Amino acid sequence: MDYFAQQLINGLTLGSIYGLIAIGYTMVYGIVGMINFAHGEVFMIGAFIALIAILSLFALGITAVPLALLLALVIAMALTGLWGWAIERLAYRPLRNSFRLAPLITAIGMSIALQTFVALTQGARSKPLPPVIRGGFTLSEGDSGFAVSLSYMQIIIIVTTVAVMAAFSYLINSTSLGRAQRACEQDRKMAALCGVNVDRTISLTFVIGAALASVAGLMFLAYYGVIDFFVGFVAGIKAFTAAVLGGIGSLPGAMLGGLLIGLIEVFWAGYFTAQYKDVAAFSILAIVLIFMPSGLLGRPEVEKV
Amino acid sequence: MTDTLQPETSPVTRTLPRAAITADVIKDAGITFLIALLLFGSIVGLRTETVNGVLVLMPQFGKALALAAAVAVGRLLLDVFIWRRMKDGRTFTSLIPSALPILKGAGALAVVFGLALYSIPGFRASLVAGAGTVHGALGAVADLLTFACESTFLVMAAMAIVRAARLIIGQTPEEAVGQGMLRRFTADFGREFPIALLLIALVLPALTAGPSQRYAIDTATQILIYVMLGWGLNIVVGLAGLLDLGYVAFYAVGAYTYALISTQFGWSFWVCLPLAGFFAALWGITLGFPVLRLRGDYLAIVTMAFGEIIRIVLLNWQSLTGGPNGINRIPKLTFFGLPFDRTGEGTFASVFGLKFDPLHRMVFLYYVILALALLTNFITLRLRRLPIGRAWEALREDEIACRSVGINTVTTKLTAFAIGAMFGGFAGSFFAARQGFISPESFTFMESALVLAIVVLGGLGSQLGVVIAAVILIGSAERFRDLEDYRMLIFGLSMVLVMIWRPRGLMSGRTPSAFLKARKNISGSFVKEGRG
Amino acid sequence: MADGASDATRDDLLRVENLTMRFGGLVAVDKLSFTARRGDITAIIGPNGAGKTTFFNCITGFYKPTEGRVALAHGSQAAFEALPAATFGGKQWSKAEGAGAVFLLERMPGFEIARLARVARTFQNIRLFAGMTLLENLLVAQHTVLNAASGYTIGGLLGLASFKRAEAEAIDKAAYWLREIGLIDRADDPAGDLPYGAQRRLEIARAMCTDPVLLCLDEPAAGLNPRESAELNALLLKIREEHALSILLIEHDMGVVMQISDRIAVLDYGQKIAGGTPEEIRADPRVIAAYLGVPDDEVEDVEAEVGL
Repeated sequence: MDYFAQQLINGLTLGSIYGLIAIGYTMVYGIVGMINFAHGEVFMIGAFIALIAILSLFALGITAVPLALLLALVIAMALTGLWGWAIERLAYRPLRNSFRLAPLITAIGMSIALQTFVALTQGARSKPLPPVIRGGFTLSEGDSGFAVSLSYMQIIIIVTTVAVMAAFSYLINSTSLGRAQRACEQDRKMAALCGVNVDRTISLTFVIGAALASVAGLMFLAYYGVIDFFVGFVAGIKAFTAAVLGGIGSLPGAMLGGLLIGLIEVFWAGYFTAQYKDVAAFSILAIVLIFMPSGLLGRPEVEKV
Repeated sequence: MTDTLQPETSPVTRTLPRAAITADVIKDAGITFLIALLLFGSIVGLRTETVNGVLVLMPQFGKALALAAAVAVGRLLLDVFIWRRMKDGRTFTSLIPSALPILKGAGALAVVFGLALYSIPGFRASLVAGAGTVHGALGAVADLLTFACESTFLVMAAMAIVRAARLIIGQTPEEAVGQGMLRRFTADFGREFPIALLLIALVLPALTAGPSQRYAIDTATQILIYVMLGWGLNIVVGLAGLLDLGYVAFYAVGAYTYALISTQFGWSFWVCLPLAGFFAALWGITLGFPVLRLRGDYLAIVTMAFGEIIRIVLLNWQSLTGGPNGINRIPKLTFFGLPFDRTGEGTFASVFGLKFDPLHRMVFLYYVILALALLTNFITLRLRRLPIGRAWEALREDEIACRSVGINTVTTKLTAFAIGAMFGGFAGSFFAARQGFISPESFTFMESALVLAIVVLGGLGSQLGVVIAAVILIGSAERFRDLEDYRMLIFGLSMVLVMIWRPRGLMSGRTPSAFLKARKNISGSFVKEGRG
Repeated sequence: MADGASDATRDDLLRVENLTMRFGGLVAVDKLSFTARRGDITAIIGPNGAGKTTFFNCITGFYKPTEGRVALAHGSQAAFEALPAATFGGKQWSKAEGAGAVFLLERMPGFEIARLARVARTFQNIRLFAGMTLLENLLVAQHTVLNAASGYTIGGLLGLASFKRAEAEAIDKAAYWLREIGLIDRADDPAGDLPYGAQRRLEIARAMCTDPVLLCLDEPAAGLNPRESAELNALLLKIREEHALSILLIEHDMGVVMQISDRIAVLDYGQKIAGGTPEEIRADPRVIAAYLGVPDDEVEDVEAEVGL
């Protein structure tokens, strides 16, 4: 039971990170109908920017950890958002109304280019960051000598995720930007006719998605304490899987999918073999899709004959 | 009055707007500079380095500044010379009024260069030696130019031979009248170009000599593997319109089938080859079956997941696959039983009374993969004209209409998966036989993405497009090997640029599978890309 | 066009009993019973949302009806005698081909309905293979025959002479239909390049290339100008005469409906509210009420009048 509780906590932490990245996939898919394959790389860039920001802030003498983390978060969100904007502007906008596979290929190209770019400019070695926040609560001292612990970092990650999600839901459901976004999702042409600035809305979607990915990046960095240029690929694939599992295009679905993938991985690794945790995640995705072809919370696609 | 009237084609449409640097161009470049500075500054400006186990920051703001400046200048130039002048609906090519002379010049240069290369003894050797002394970007660019010139020359020479042969047997190419040298030469391009390529492919090992020969044959073999993979995937993605992101799984199945059977049972390549194809096809059906109901991107992610699952299993099933260490000492290809060994009885060299040369094996491998690729192409072209091929394409165009005319969409999709997978399996077992060593490392998602990129860049459904895209992507990637680090960066960026330039690929459009009066090519804008 | 003399000789082709199709809480087709006779052009009319296309989709296998039976007889209506045995035997058909076969369409997958029961259809929003030529569109429609002739690909791959013959025949047949619809000159152009009216005709030709016994047309005259509508009428009458065909037709263009149909069924709210010859339907107050609607305060009067 203790072991289970521990895995649950770990799974939720990992799932939060996946969920935040997955939102970027799902938002972009919802609005422009493309898989933004470079989104994993955006996450990686977010993590790197956060790392550089933290180190710079420490170097500048801002050593109060909460303040440094908060500042790093703001910096990373802003700059990664800019990266998201630039990627859309450069690689996707010229292909907006074109062939469906074309932006998929540019996204793969972007992904390769960004990975190499970071490897070139930051070096290919992994970057260890000593834990910035240590300690936590011990929830129960198990009889068997196994203690369930909940670290401060895990609390921060889960709380941040909930807060970011709340702010984000408010943004989508109750602001004019959110309305514009939902309108573009339904019918881009009609939205444009009704006076929605489609280009701006799509750009902002990429910016928001990238900013959320950078939040995930910062938390990943702080939680695992190490990143490298390749980290975006694996996390990206997992998050994309999460988005599809939840039903691509559905925002709560992305979060749910993220949590599920995180839990599946952690539990599989905890109870079975760590090597096959990815196989478990992918297999469950395949099985779910076979029975629910549009994911858990996705709108079923009705083919009009 | 009449003399002041403009002719029909008024100079207004002929002359280009003047290139001018105006205030808003400067402003635009300035904004670009600032944005680029923020972007690059955030990643390039401070480099993280581990010193004594501690991560420290090394400022390299100069680099960031230089990159941002380069981007700004690039945009300024594009803005002034291209975009501002494209506003009135001009195409990019019409902006270069002197395109034809440039083309002619380049062609002439290629001819002179090629003739020198093939007629002056020692020219190639000195060129290679010279290139060896230049390192870095300059060397790579020179190398690439050489590659481009030589390929152009070869293609032109082969096309001249094809044309000559056609004239001798009494065929006259269509539209070959008048219109100047170049026009006449390229008339009937669509028919003569593939034959010319085939001609080059057939004599390629004889075209080079000396130290660059091994390199050339090796690169060509590598390209042909990807051509074959591209053709296999083209059936699934290009014809049937099913987006498959896990194609590498079948490549892996083929490779491991050969590796395992040959190391365990000692069966020969030629026995294992059909088996590899069979197992890959079986996997194609097994993986295809559950995903039949899925559409578009759901299909894409599940195929990708399957690809990853297979790789992870290969990585972790140590007892069977050797895990990350892979499988070693896979029997190499023999010449129908005669090994390409340096010593021993009954080797290829001894039987044919030749001096041992590792080149023999390479040339043989090259012809094997060429034969396999040609077989793939032949079967695919044939299938396209059979009911099954037409059903694939109909499936891509409209699945519901397919059902309404009595096509079983389930079996149609599965055959596409199976046959595509089979060719992937063939390519895989060849790969294993060539390398002698395989590990899961060779079968990553990037490989799937690369093959898909070849298919899409070439133009969905186009066999010739796959060849061109594979030559460009794999050939230039090989050429840039000196620049190991920058290779993938350039590779990724050029994927983006080429796609923006030609979203439907280099060879868009399709050739009808049957015709009543005349075979007319169909513009790519009508052809659907499938939703499955 | 209703021909009284031949009425007696026309037996039942399609029997729809108690057909119900629900989507969640919405009942699109409600206990509909309906019969179409062999050789007839039967029109199905009704206001928008009456369930006409849903009814079509149930017949052609694109939807699985929630309840009810859809039976089609090849040969003559005597074949329906095998229906109870097939129904309770859990079979999809009494036998797969030949006269006297009866098919339970609601149990069959869509492609089998086209292939075996030989029910062909067109679509409200035209569904052609846009990137393929006109000829190819018509060859795809002959897939069943050609695929068998190609020895399920193997023989075709080997280049068997019998397949080449079959293909030549298929091309002849396609050419025949292209001439019939007046598009022979555009045989080698992509279907997506055709003007709207021509696309509608091509869709009919494509359906005919599957050798149907029953052709279901979903609003074939939609978007056609009067001249094109008249040509369509002529085409439909001609192919009905020449190819022993029965036609089921959903149409809003009353010009087309009244001129060519032998029988008309009127649907409203998923139910059949009237049926009969064009003359009968024209005079039926229920039909007029369904189409034009009546003011709320007169509903009861009208209902009393029409006996609801």
